Amino acid sequence: MKILAVDEKRCTGCRLCELVCSVRHEGAADPARARIRIVKWEEEGVYLPMACRQCEDAPCAAVCPVNAVGRDPELGRVTTDHDLCIGCRACVSACPFGVLGFHEDRGKTFRCDLCHGDPTCVKFCETQALRYEEGDRVVDGRRRAAAARFRQAVA
Amino acid sequence: MALNRRIAYVDLSAGTVEVRDVPLELRRKYLGGRGMDAYLLYNHIEPGTDPLGPDNALVLSAGLLSGTPAPAGARCQISAKSPLTGLLGSANMGGFFGPELRYAGFDHIVIQGRAEKPVYLWVHNGSVEIRAADHLWGSDAVQTQTRLREELGDPDVKVACIGVAGENRVRFACVRTGIKNAAGRTGMGAVMGSKNLKAVAVRGTLPIRLADPEGALGYLEELVDYIQSSKYAEIMGKWGTLFIFDVTNSTGLIRTRNFQSNQMPHSEDLECEAMDRYTMGMAACFGCTMHCRHKYVLPEGRFRGQYGEGPEYTSQGAFGTEVGAASMLGVLEANQLVNLHGLDTLEVGSMIGWAMELHEKGLLPAELVGDLDLRWGNLDAVIRLIDDIAHRRGLGDVLAEGPKGAIERLGPETAYYNIHVKGMSNLHSDERPTPSLALNIATSTRGADHLRSRPAIDLYHLPPKVLERIYGKPGLSDDYRGYEGKPWMVVWQERLYALVNALGVCKFQSVFLSPNMPKAEEYARVLRLVTGLEFTPEELMEIGERITTLERLFNLREGATRADDDLPERYFTEPTPEGLPAVRGKSIDRDRFDAMLDEYYDIHGWDREGRPTDATLARLGLDAEPTRLV
Repeated sequence: MKILAVDEKRCTGCRLCELVCSVRHEGAADPARARIRIVKWEEEGVYLPMACRQCEDAPCAAVCPVNAVGRDPELGRVTTDHDLCIGCRACVSACPFGVLGFHEDRGKTFRCDLCHGDPTCVKFCETQALRYEEGDRVVDGRRRAAAARFRQAVA
Repeated sequence: MALNRRIAYVDLSAGTVEVRDVPLELRRKYLGGRGMDAYLLYNHIEPGTDPLGPDNALVLSAGLLSGTPAPAGARCQISAKSPLTGLLGSANMGGFFGPELRYAGFDHIVIQGRAEKPVYLWVHNGSVEIRAADHLWGSDAVQTQTRLREELGDPDVKVACIGVAGENRVRFACVRTGIKNAAGRTGMGAVMGSKNLKAVAVRGTLPIRLADPEGALGYLEELVDYIQSSKYAEIMGKWGTLFIFDVTNSTGLIRTRNFQSNQMPHSEDLECEAMDRYTMGMAACFGCTMHCRHKYVLPEGRFRGQYGEGPEYTSQGAFGTEVGAASMLGVLEANQLVNLHGLDTLEVGSMIGWAMELHEKGLLPAELVGDLDLRWGNLDAVIRLIDDIAHRRGLGDVLAEGPKGAIERLGPETAYYNIHVKGMSNLHSDERPTPSLALNIATSTRGADHLRSRPAIDLYHLPPKVLERIYGKPGLSDDYRGYEGKPWMVVWQERLYALVNALGVCKFQSVFLSPNMPKAEEYARVLRLVTGLEFTPEELMEIGERITTLERLFNLREGATRADDDLPERYFTEPTPEGLPAVRGKSIDRDRFDAMLDEYYDIHGWDREGRPTDATLARLGLDAEPTRLV
């Protein structure tokens, strides 16, 4: 199963992901309603992309009073059925990562839908801070890099 | 949509704010950013206005593509009558401020009057408030931003502000945003200071609707690939503009020890590789895939442990070659200090280099020098002078007046040594071997400057066929030492850069340092997909011409003449002493320079005094200005 993998060390803080995400989903350059957001500590040069982590045991689903939040096993993503959604924002409150949004004009929530298996943000992320790859491979590179440092230390 | 952003008029004397729409006719003629700035300045500043008086208008404008996914749509323009030159003041700034201004519902803020006490503007989703800023006065340019974010309770607030240099009306104080971005040139920070305006804080959540979202994403993906596939993008992403130093210094195109040499020997510790010791990765401005800005923490020295960003090629010269020092740590320390004080790095280095040469020649009064050791390469003196300039102490107070004011204080015999045009210092580049670049600095509408019309790719020996493809004219010479055909290259770049500044995209992603970057053809397509406005590439280049011509009219109205389109005398009298054989022993030939200037005027449809003819004004739709449409 592929996931939206984040390597925050590669993030340059440009926020192009926010832009193209909002254009794709809202038809507008609208970072406030982007499904991915860059959280910054500008004075330290630290930038961190945040988006729905598609939890296996999703708090947003657990709190939904009308069972509008479900799981799409094919893409491994959490979905909201907006025909059922009553706009109570319980899911928004329950999300431990704060990555669900609420569209006030529409009275509906929004979240990363992985662009149905072809994330737009990944296509535009030049440094590959964002990748769409198999979940069980995500840490391979990091493990190898750590091993290389370890190897150097003990050499 | 992208065209519904509004304009706010703020009168700080009266404490009032008025919001208006921008007529579509003006968008079609000037787009936004620097284009609208030219219009607003020409329409709202009376000739003869005191640049540091309440009647000067300070204009902050986002570009028309700023805040959209157009490549590097990060930029805004800050303009006013310049306290440095007395002519057009205009500086472009990256970072995140311009886009946020648009999300807050505005494209333009025009600020007039003077507040009685320090204030800042809070711009938020369609509203503009004037708020007290007594508690911020005296804060440095980074603290000010942090404090405003805390005060407003939102870490995503973006701030454009001044440091103490702006408060003290140093004539080349800049406007700052983020850790290092600046509207650097022409003293816009001094204008803010003169208005008692410490900062403009913006935050917005208003969407910018795209005309064709799907089409835009499809084309932009292609365009980003095109940009990023160039070697140049790779180098910029790794070194930033620091890479330019190695090329220009090894050739002999760098102003060294003020203007005494064109090459610095033993410069290893200034070259881009020297940054390896300090860099912790790269940061980008809004929407930019190129990420040309280093992040660093100073590991030693005066500012040990401080976080900073940059430096640019500009600072390698300003605090390296110009002052005769070769230390990347020194460059970083000086960079840190000018960014905190809110000073134009380029002007600072140039003024200090000049002071050092004056001292060497015995032209500085001893009481002004005091205990300063102004020998070449003394970075302690450089750092102290930066502080003294920002706080207007002693010699620093004299230098804070900029070239014209400082020459007036120090005497006419010092004028020959100052490398300025129209009262603004030049980059640390040496244009004696390169007539096209020399014409560029002589004619730029804001004074000596590499960012308004520089045909930098003239240095690349591109085959004539490639030059023809880019510049649209056959028979251009690939010899950068020649005079033939150069005025056209300067005019073409002038139009392109004005266009780029009006769109709010970055020059680094246009034909500036690489021939393989977007130009009017690509921008026309992006504009159509994003805004729905249809332009041919030729029409867009004509907008660039209109902007430059209106800026020219502003300068003429303030009394500028042909004599102001000139080079520092030393370009004609002192041949380059160093460099490769191709550039050594070169100076600018006065007659051939004058002929270039004639040709430059002719191409524009200006008379031999540099005044646009009636026919030219009519062709560009400028014959009725000022029209006061907004």
